[in-house]
Amino acid sequence: MAAKKLQQFDPVETLNAIEEKFEMVQILNEEGEIVNEEADPKLSDEDLQELMNRMVYTRILDQRSISLNRQGRLGFYAPTAGQEASQLASHFALSKEDFILPGYRDVPQLIWHGWPLHQAFLFSRGHFMGNQMAEGLNVLPPQIIIGAQFIQATGVALGMQKRKKEAVAVTYTGDGGSSQGDFYEGINFAGAFRAPAIFIVQNNQYAISTPRELQTSAKTIAQKAVSAGIPGVLVDGMDPLAVYAVTRDARERAIKGDGPTLIETLCYRYGPHTMAGDDPTRYRTSDIDSEWEKKDPLVRFRKYLEAKGIWDESKENEVIERAKEEIKAAIKKADGAPKQKVSDLLEIMYEDVPFNVQEQLDIYKAKESK
Amino acid sequence: MAQLTMIQAITDALKTEMKNDENVLVFGEDVGNNGGVFRATEGLQKEFGEDRVFDTPLAESGIGGLAIGLALQGYRPVPEIQFFGFVFEVMDSISGQMARMRFRSGGSLSSPVTIRSPFGGGVHTPEMHADSLEGLMAAQPGLKVVIPSTPYDAKGLLISAIRDNDPVIFLEHMKLYRSFRQEVPEEEYTIPLGKADVKREGKDLTIVAYGAMVQESIKAAEELEKENYSVEVVDLRTIQPLDIETIIASVEKTGRAMVVQEAQKQAGIAAGVVAEITDRAILTLEAPVLRVTAPDSVFPFSQAEQVWLPNSKDIVETAKKVLTF
Repeated sequence: MAAKKLQQFDPVETLNAIEEKFEMVQILNEEGEIVNEEADPKLSDEDLQELMNRMVYTRILDQRSISLNRQGRLGFYAPTAGQEASQLASHFALSKEDFILPGYRDVPQLIWHGWPLHQAFLFSRGHFMGNQMAEGLNVLPPQIIIGAQFIQATGVALGMQKRKKEAVAVTYTGDGGSSQGDFYEGINFAGAFRAPAIFIVQNNQYAISTPRELQTSAKTIAQKAVSAGIPGVLVDGMDPLAVYAVTRDARERAIKGDGPTLIETLCYRYGPHTMAGDDPTRYRTSDIDSEWEKKDPLVRFRKYLEAKGIWDESKENEVIERAKEEIKAAIKKADGAPKQKVSDLLEIMYEDVPFNVQEQLDIYKAKESK
Repeated sequence: MAQLTMIQAITDALKTEMKNDENVLVFGEDVGNNGGVFRATEGLQKEFGEDRVFDTPLAESGIGGLAIGLALQGYRPVPEIQFFGFVFEVMDSISGQMARMRFRSGGSLSSPVTIRSPFGGGVHTPEMHADSLEGLMAAQPGLKVVIPSTPYDAKGLLISAIRDNDPVIFLEHMKLYRSFRQEVPEEEYTIPLGKADVKREGKDLTIVAYGAMVQESIKAAEELEKENYSVEVVDLRTIQPLDIETIIASVEKTGRAMVVQEAQKQAGIAAGVVAEITDRAILTLEAPVLRVTAPDSVFPFSQAEQVWLPNSKDIVETAKKVLTF
């Protein structure tokens, strides 16, 4: 016998009704056609070209980083190909005053926010100078602990609100990160304080090997916003125009004092989790890979721009050549960084050096000067 | 007998106990189909099914809490924390909850959980992966903390840990995972928790060490032998509880001691061992008990690991101070 309905409220129906509401926002389809004229952000030709520049440049940076890692010339690296629209089109909606709290795959946003390329390489190599952020560069170094940045973003956003800044805190994690307590605490606190934060979950389908459906029984990650009482948006993460538009809208709401937004970008990482031994063939098939490659953000954006007559092969080659040259120069600069000493590490522990550290500093300095 | 690496010996121990006891469950991040990021659980899901070997959503605190609950249902959980640097996320479940279950229930309940986790420097991981945080665990009454240094020990200790009715933190040094092979019996065997092992006999100096520092200490002892010093190396294997008996017996024999740990010096395991030695054997000592440790900074950025981690050279240098005092 079916359970008796409690008055008019049916919890299962309510859940289904809510889940159905979270439809994916798409503006530019796989063919590079505008499918949602009303939502088109109508970026200027220069802006469209600049966004394409950044996506092409970042794809080259990813390819070079992977091969440099294989040659032993870079260290820790989390590949980014496939996530260019999620990463760069969301960043494109930000201003320099906005503060970015990245995950470890979010190196591209930091670079376009002003983190010098050679420092990104030093970060990858495990050199503290990579993480030294210049004054006025509003970012944290990439976070290693999954999701830790989410609640910190709420703190940054609350600080901005108290200081009456016209700026937002933007943080990124992946589908796996949305399972962490910090994720829920972050979106809930931000909602409670109406803090100007944008929480972006790049749902690239796998947390290392664990598929998205094992993370949560929720149909979308975006709908988790409902529990925090904040707006949530599911967006085609391979569509640069849609990602840009929803991030821009979230930023406008935040600046106006309307609080935070959770954005889920549906995307895919073509490469392994990191270059440290992950083998995606253990958990994905090439069929899934090629299904997602058809949705590629660069391919569809290129088609769109070419149809508008504002992009061609020579423009693209120009970006590729520039990227290669700048990467080469940045590696050279990173090679010039001084070798790290234990005394360097001890010196960045405290403002006032305590006895135990001072004693060790003296010992190591004496050894290092030999 | 088979020649196994430490990681293979660990997989072997897990298999052995999963066969022995249907209540043993293995879970964590990527331990199922993927067999763990280091392949410690390779093949287990295939052999024992998704019911007993499963991936969890990505949340370390969730994994810890889940283990407590499953234990309350009569299971014997063996969760994996993917890297021990992530332990801060699950500190409440471990130190606040699991470690106190027996105590706060007046001895009526328990948490027979074995948390396995890789740690340790020298393999160039990003930050928060390699830190030696065993001291945090050892400072928590209610926990046992095990750190094997060889494939043979790893199998016997892990089987004992799983069978233990109190929570055990089982820490696996990443550098030792595949650094050497050793004969490991195919059949099951146990090594008691809380029992140290004399890895090398000697009569002039006792070096107490654990984890990857055991190999470095043996290297140092071989170096010192060239100068006619006979050095004993005691591998703690379990750092909480300490095997005081074995440590003191060795110190009483040699009259000189030092302690080596990969962790930073401040408030470390080595300090506790030194205190036990001076408490119990000070009159047999012919020299101060010195320590070799990492310096008191956060675990270094990976490029600086080689200059930061203690090694056999540092051990030889300090050993000579103790030997010639």
